[in-house]
Amino acid sequence: MGLFSTQGQDAGFRVAMAGNPNSGKSTLFNLLTGLRQKTGNFPGVTVDLHVGYSRLANGKKIEIIDLPGTYSLFPKSIDEQVTAAVLCNEQHPNYPQLTLVVADSSNLKRSLYLCTQLIDIGMPVILVLNMIDVAQRKTIQIDVNKLSNSLGLTVVSVNSKDGTGLEELKKQIQISSFKSSLPLLQMNEISEHDWTGLQSVLKSKTAFDAFVQYINHNLFFKTNIDSQIKDFFSGKALNPIQLQTSESVSRFKLISEITSNSVSYKNREINPLTKQLDNIFTHKIWGFAIFLLVLFSIFQFIFTFSAWPMEWIENSFSWFSEIVGNALPKGILNDIITKGILAGLSGVVVFIPQIAFLFAFIAVLEDSGYMARVSFIMDKMMRKFGLNGKSIIPLISGAACAVPAIMGARTISNTKERLITILVTPLMSCSARLPVYTLLIALVVPSKNLWGIINLQGLILMALYLIGFIAAIGAAFVLQYIIKSKEQSYFIMELPIYRLPQGKQVAMVIYDKVKVFLFEAGKIIVAISIVLWLMASFAPGDSMLAIEKKYELTKDQYTEKERNNKIAAEKLEASYAGIAGKAIEPLIAPLGFDWKIGISLVTSFAAREVFVGTMATIYSVGDESDERSIRIKMKEEVNPYTLQPVYSTAVCFSLMLFYAFAMQCMSTIAVVYRETGGFKWPLIQFVFMAALAYLSSFGVYQLLK
Amino acid sequence: MSEILLSDLKIGEQGVIHHFNDQNIALKLMEMGCLPGEEVTLERYAPMGDPIAIVVAGYSLSLRKSEASSVVLEQF
Repeated sequence: MGLFSTQGQDAGFRVAMAGNPNSGKSTLFNLLTGLRQKTGNFPGVTVDLHVGYSRLANGKKIEIIDLPGTYSLFPKSIDEQVTAAVLCNEQHPNYPQLTLVVADSSNLKRSLYLCTQLIDIGMPVILVLNMIDVAQRKTIQIDVNKLSNSLGLTVVSVNSKDGTGLEELKKQIQISSFKSSLPLLQMNEISEHDWTGLQSVLKSKTAFDAFVQYINHNLFFKTNIDSQIKDFFSGKALNPIQLQTSESVSRFKLISEITSNSVSYKNREINPLTKQLDNIFTHKIWGFAIFLLVLFSIFQFIFTFSAWPMEWIENSFSWFSEIVGNALPKGILNDIITKGILAGLSGVVVFIPQIAFLFAFIAVLEDSGYMARVSFIMDKMMRKFGLNGKSIIPLISGAACAVPAIMGARTISNTKERLITILVTPLMSCSARLPVYTLLIALVVPSKNLWGIINLQGLILMALYLIGFIAAIGAAFVLQYIIKSKEQSYFIMELPIYRLPQGKQVAMVIYDKVKVFLFEAGKIIVAISIVLWLMASFAPGDSMLAIEKKYELTKDQYTEKERNNKIAAEKLEASYAGIAGKAIEPLIAPLGFDWKIGISLVTSFAAREVFVGTMATIYSVGDESDERSIRIKMKEEVNPYTLQPVYSTAVCFSLMLFYAFAMQCMSTIAVVYRETGGFKWPLIQFVFMAALAYLSSFGVYQLLK
Repeated sequence: MSEILLSDLKIGEQGVIHHFNDQNIALKLMEMGCLPGEEVTLERYAPMGDPIAIVVAGYSLSLRKSEASSVVLEQF
């Protein structure tokens, strides 16, 4: 995070943007900064930190940070805690010299609550009235000059849809003196206690600042503040909840007074279009039908329509790596670049279409206001499993690919519900499992129809998808009792009015998510894939050379192609991956797996579909697209001791369950690492999924064998 | 004049917030503009009967029935 904090100095100064959720704050942030922004995590928590830059008319560059939406300086969630921590602590690395409070003009009083709190803690503030068009449609009239006079600060009205007022806002930032205006709420309105004493102990800017420090003292504010506050209040009985209650009541009273001569309401009805749309979107039948249709489209896009660009990316990479491979002299360096690094990069870039499609949907659903309705109609069902109404979108997209799905869980603001969603999503059967399932099903399940209509192979495939879904929901149900949370789970949220999403905003979200994935998860994926490639290509001593020499002697027995396939098979067996596969054989024998399957389990870690390619190499088929030959070879494989076929029904079902439950995907691990901010949760997830896979494979193998 | 819980309102019915029975929920609701003295209207139920949506201070707010049961309204 040092990156963000040091740039504040050479950037001139730092401006923060704060406001209620749905105030159009992020849209305005994008307008101000354009592509000159980056996304990270706030230190210690997985809350998005958006930092961007903007140039003022005088050529000065300013740093702008977009803080998570909040209603007050008294946080109720982790996201809100971050905002309060930045704005209330001068020592915070992101502390701004000026804060823009972005207000939804149609909900002005609610926005002024946060705004006046910031004024009262001594923060220099510019009030930005956004969505004035919506307010006027609701026939709310705001006299900007009068409001500015009553509040004693600069008020600018903008329209974040078309950028009206943006230049005026920049001008006001430029001429801002960074001086705080006079506190508005008198402290004796809140409590009879004298707060100036605490103010001098804490060296707070204002008495209200001291009050906020006191209320929030058990959150992560100034260092050593706890003992100072305890010393100060020792022996005095103050009730923080009562103080906050009285603060809310007197502040809203003050706001009513302040706005009495500048804001007039003619009609307080809810937007009629929103009301009509809600009649449909939250309808008992239509509501669910439309949501199913939305889910189906998301699934189609990630599952089917991203296949074409993914194939194109893979082909481009193999074309490029062939060119590089031919251009460079043969040898280890050549292999490292083409088979290690380029293959690893290809494995990262290939996720872009799926991430882009999912986030296009998520951005549209969020910006339009529909996402809040998804929570509204799904809450009762999902709550039982410790999940959020919004969890259903990551879960269903997880059936295409867990990587974008887990990134999509960030829309869930409750930390515990988000974590459970992230942990269980990889149990959904993703598209990478499909080639494994089809190969194994074709091996042991006859292609005949049940009762003349239902294809047996299709039925088993469907059952595997269903098992994944049940496992995910079941795991969530159990996890809600295991994972502890300090955060209270509320379902108190605004149902914002429906708005038409803007293409530019959607594009920004996609750009942002792709960038985060490439640069943060991408590093880990490339690193692991290089390690896996090294394991599969190198062997201790000179055993690889010995294999080549052996086949040098038997040159005329095989055709060139046959010989190469046999060399590849023997090399894989001799490699470190082969050694690892043999080493885990005793561990996986109770599941019915031999060392050859062991090797596949190791290499599948790159991605589950690698199973098919590894089988092709092990059985010297050479071309992994020749699935029929792989199947025949696997069918012919006989256990040397029992003389029974290796790929019996029991083994294949055991293997299918193993692939259904085990976390065999480095990309998912990399994304969970990035989304939970450490290796703790991906590790726990890896272990519980491995245990689930092992136990169920063991059970089914022992039962069927 | 009678008292009624927000969770017991029927669609279209109104009431004025009188007091709260859960202090933490009260703080959350108040910062969102649900203060004593504000008029609320029950707008709709979710398809499975919970959560509910109310209109308060000119906007739509959703909350669970369990949360709404801590809000005491006055009806005239």
